[in-house]
Amino acid sequence: MSDTTLYPAARFRAATQETPLTRRILIAIAVGGLGILVAAPLVVVFAEALASGWAAAVNSLSNRDARSAIRLTLLIAAIVVPLNAAFGIAAAWFVTKFDFRGKAFLITLIDLPFSVSPVVAGLCIVLMFGANSLVGGWLVAQGMPIVFALPGIVLATLFVTFPFVARELIPVMIEQGRAEEEAALTLGASGWRVFLTVTLPNIRWALLYGVLLCKARAMGEFGAVAVVSGKIRGQTATMPITIEMLYNEYLSVAAFSMAALLTLLAVVTLLLRGALELRHADQLAARPHR
Amino acid sequence: MFIEIDEIAKSFGTTAALQPVSLAIPSGALVALLGPSGSGKTTLLRILGGLEFPNSGRVSFDGKDATGLSVQERRAGFVFQSYALFRHMTVFDNVAYGLRARPRASRPPKAEIARRVGRLLDLIQLPDIGRRYPGQLSGGQRQRVALARALAIEPRMLLLDEPFGALDAKVRKELRQGLRHIHDETGLTTVFVTHDQEEAMEPADLVVVMSMGRIEQISKPQDIRARPATAFVRDFITA
Repeated sequence: MSDTTLYPAARFRAATQETPLTRRILIAIAVGGLGILVAAPLVVVFAEALASGWAAAVNSLSNRDARSAIRLTLLIAAIVVPLNAAFGIAAAWFVTKFDFRGKAFLITLIDLPFSVSPVVAGLCIVLMFGANSLVGGWLVAQGMPIVFALPGIVLATLFVTFPFVARELIPVMIEQGRAEEEAALTLGASGWRVFLTVTLPNIRWALLYGVLLCKARAMGEFGAVAVVSGKIRGQTATMPITIEMLYNEYLSVAAFSMAALLTLLAVVTLLLRGALELRHADQLAARPHR
Repeated sequence: MFIEIDEIAKSFGTTAALQPVSLAIPSGALVALLGPSGSGKTTLLRILGGLEFPNSGRVSFDGKDATGLSVQERRAGFVFQSYALFRHMTVFDNVAYGLRARPRASRPPKAEIARRVGRLLDLIQLPDIGRRYPGQLSGGQRQRVALARALAIEPRMLLLDEPFGALDAKVRKELRQGLRHIHDETGLTTVFVTHDQEEAMEPADLVVVMSMGRIEQISKPQDIRARPATAFVRDFITA
């Protein structure tokens, strides 16, 4: 920093500074890529939804099947996100605070849903719990079907979104180490108190981010849900499933209105996160520099 | 409180961190565990604090067996190498943590906690930093806050792991005297770990030189200088 006061600024360049031309090219690639791949499709979705005006868009979302799809998607997110937040915290805690044999294997297992195609995951659930399987047949006889019903959709979504929270937490918890937890223990705190007062506050930003990713994916999951849900209109059709069905029936205003609403739900969570970060900026800044 | 360590051994997997070692620490002493990294000094300290448990041997406090006591039951004031302050809490909340963690019956009322935290911040000569966060403190201030936090639980002993490790030379010297001062003020049996022979010799009443999981010598600082017991000790203190 002080170098700039000793030497003319233009003659020397910091080692990490690129030439103006390189900088412009890199910025153009980033902005261009974001524009074409992210911003433009968003604009198109909203433009198509509103192609026949606001009234038509709102109208297409207010019929019985559309309302059922919205309700179902929100319900699934409400069930899946808390469960996976709890699983994710437990898995990350276990992996980072204890040393044991087979740890690397467990971490691979946590990542498995990322590498398995959601359709395959859906098929596995159908095979395990379908009416023709041992367990599924019994459950159907008890009047509690899993496949083509809410429990199957929840299971499929749980599987697909399992890694999101754990993946966000593991690096943060490894980086923070165990010293703060040990300190709390020496000060007389019980294990549960240590978790609530030390561990949880330290991971809250990573946790929030993982939860938001998990929620976005839980609402947006298509492949696995398509296989297990049976796509029953008004019963097991979630928002993404409904969008596909409407689109295939050339009901483009209805399809894009639903798509726009799904997008809005995702954008709202992103804005919420941004607002939270802004509000707690002082605490974020107060983190120790190592 | 006097501490007796009787034939304590500890291994991690196949590596032996501590060969059976024995050591008696008189009540109120300021003891330095001195040795290079890998000598087992930190392991011994963590066993005293209840953060590790030995594979064999016994630890007793004031003549009573303490080998199986949990970390919470030990009531050891522990200062960690990088201080391990709770980064999301203010200095006040850090120091108050141990008092607030007590079961309801023995937890002091709010005003009493505030009074005690204030007194401890006075003791470490940082009376006005209660509302700051650890990230806003210098290394030396963090070390003193960690000390105050450890003292808040009214510990039976004070254990410090490389308490001066991460500091620059001038601050180290001040804090060395600060530790001696606080030790004399509280009268607590105090054990600290260091790899720096000057840091061990200056404040300590008793220096325990360790190497490769063994105790090489237990003596007063001047005796270690005058009569090193083994070739290792002679080399280590002249290095």
